[in-house]
Amino acid sequence: MSQSVVTAAILACLTLLGQPAQADSVIHKEKSLYRNIEVREARDRRCLVFTMRRRDSRQSCINLDRPQEVVFPYTKMIFAALLLQDDPASILIVGLGGGTLPKALSQLFPSAVIDVVEIDAAVYRVAQQFFKFKKSDQVKVSIADARVFVKRAQIRKNSYDIIILDAFTGEYIPEHLMTKEFLEEVRSLLTSTGVVVANTFSTSKLYHHESVTYSSVFGNFFNFRMPLTGNRVIISGPQPLPSRDILAGRAKRLANRLAPYYINIEDFPRYMATTRDWDETVRPMTDQYAPANLLKH
Amino acid sequence: MYTAADHPEIGIMSSAAVNDLPTRTITSPGLVMSLAFTSGFIIMSVELLGGRILAPYFGSSIYVWGSIISIFMVALSTGYLIGGKLSLRNPDLFKFGTFFLVAAIALLPIVFFSDLAMESVFTRIEDPRYGSLIASSLLFFVPTAILGMIAPYSVRLMVENAGHSGQVAGGLYFVSTLGSALGTLLTSFYLVLWFEMNTIVISMILALGAAGMAALWIGRKSLR
Repeated sequence: MSQSVVTAAILACLTLLGQPAQADSVIHKEKSLYRNIEVREARDRRCLVFTMRRRDSRQSCINLDRPQEVVFPYTKMIFAALLLQDDPASILIVGLGGGTLPKALSQLFPSAVIDVVEIDAAVYRVAQQFFKFKKSDQVKVSIADARVFVKRAQIRKNSYDIIILDAFTGEYIPEHLMTKEFLEEVRSLLTSTGVVVANTFSTSKLYHHESVTYSSVFGNFFNFRMPLTGNRVIISGPQPLPSRDILAGRAKRLANRLAPYYINIEDFPRYMATTRDWDETVRPMTDQYAPANLLKH
Repeated sequence: MYTAADHPEIGIMSSAAVNDLPTRTITSPGLVMSLAFTSGFIIMSVELLGGRILAPYFGSSIYVWGSIISIFMVALSTGYLIGGKLSLRNPDLFKFGTFFLVAAIALLPIVFFSDLAMESVFTRIEDPRYGSLIASSLLFFVPTAILGMIAPYSVRLMVENAGHSGQVAGGLYFVSTLGSALGTLLTSFYLVLWFEMNTIVISMILALGAAGMAALWIGRKSLR
């Protein structure tokens, strides 16, 4: 079972990589305030793409035949947060994309309140129109800058069991969402058993600066990277990190619930490292010093 | 070096002297040019940092830039008006130097009170468009307006007769806009990579202070 899922995942990746852009048919195209958006379809796959001259970046994909499938490896990796907090009553998601995360999480936790913050109203429209994303009483969407939303949430004294930071398109980084001060604000929104999970950068100088910044706010964190993906997911929270055995036990219990989403969570614990393999002498990023886009090169 | 004896008109110049344009005025063109360059550099450097300063409270969306740019434009236009007006009354290097010192002081709140100012705007105004507009006017209007006064005033200091006034103005726009270009480029490419924002703003304050002191020193004879 596990093997076949891995094989399927690898095949999926290869298919994704292997398909030349021309083979996709563009079913929707629009220019938003922030970017050029396309929805492309190829065989059973429909993807939200932010197009750029240099290269396009796929933000989110759905499998049209298997609507529950979480397609991207890094999106699957986000679900590792459930190994630290498996019964969230409230979830904050920064960055909507195609809405994969809120869709899956609201099915898994029907009574959880899910707040989604997305800066681009066009992305929200596209998610509704082409990716079967629906808001509801439980799932709310705010079109706002995440930093502003988080500051307002602090004033309202909101708190969340899981906060997912997924605001990076891969090309331009909103620098004010990568600073120590922002992460401190995020931390203040976590419940005492809350978990923050962030999709971040795994290469360039930014890897070191970002790691130092996260550890200055959260102390230890799981540095989660999997073979065949270029992503790095950071997971942490106010509670001490559980041991690998505990993670493995929880993964076993969650495995069946996550199987319909093609998330093989039992593979995760062994890749969730706590070793500090970055240069700890670099400066953390702060509101005063945040050249994230310059450090990326 | 200038001495009072070289320029007997210095001490006695009145607003009536404005009309006697062929009159030789008190200037050291090189100094005025480099001061105009400095102010151009600093205006754009601060404007660029403005986006960074506001981002933690209002985000970095297009309307935040809209707020910053419009406040800078309004402040500069106000400064041009006031600077032009002031140049009618006994223009001299000494007063010119005080503009720089006052601008330096007016930049200080950005370093020490920007969080306080933005926090209080943030709690009162929900809409980040108007929040960023109010915050940028609180933080940037006064220093930018004072820096704007420098442009017309430096034209007056360097113009010796009506015939070449356009050329003088052109030369001054040239150096100050070149300064702005360099301020933009250096700040966005390198300064933010090397230094904290407050370090950059404090350096600007010190540069303005030094520029002002230089003008005061060279223009001090006009006081006698």
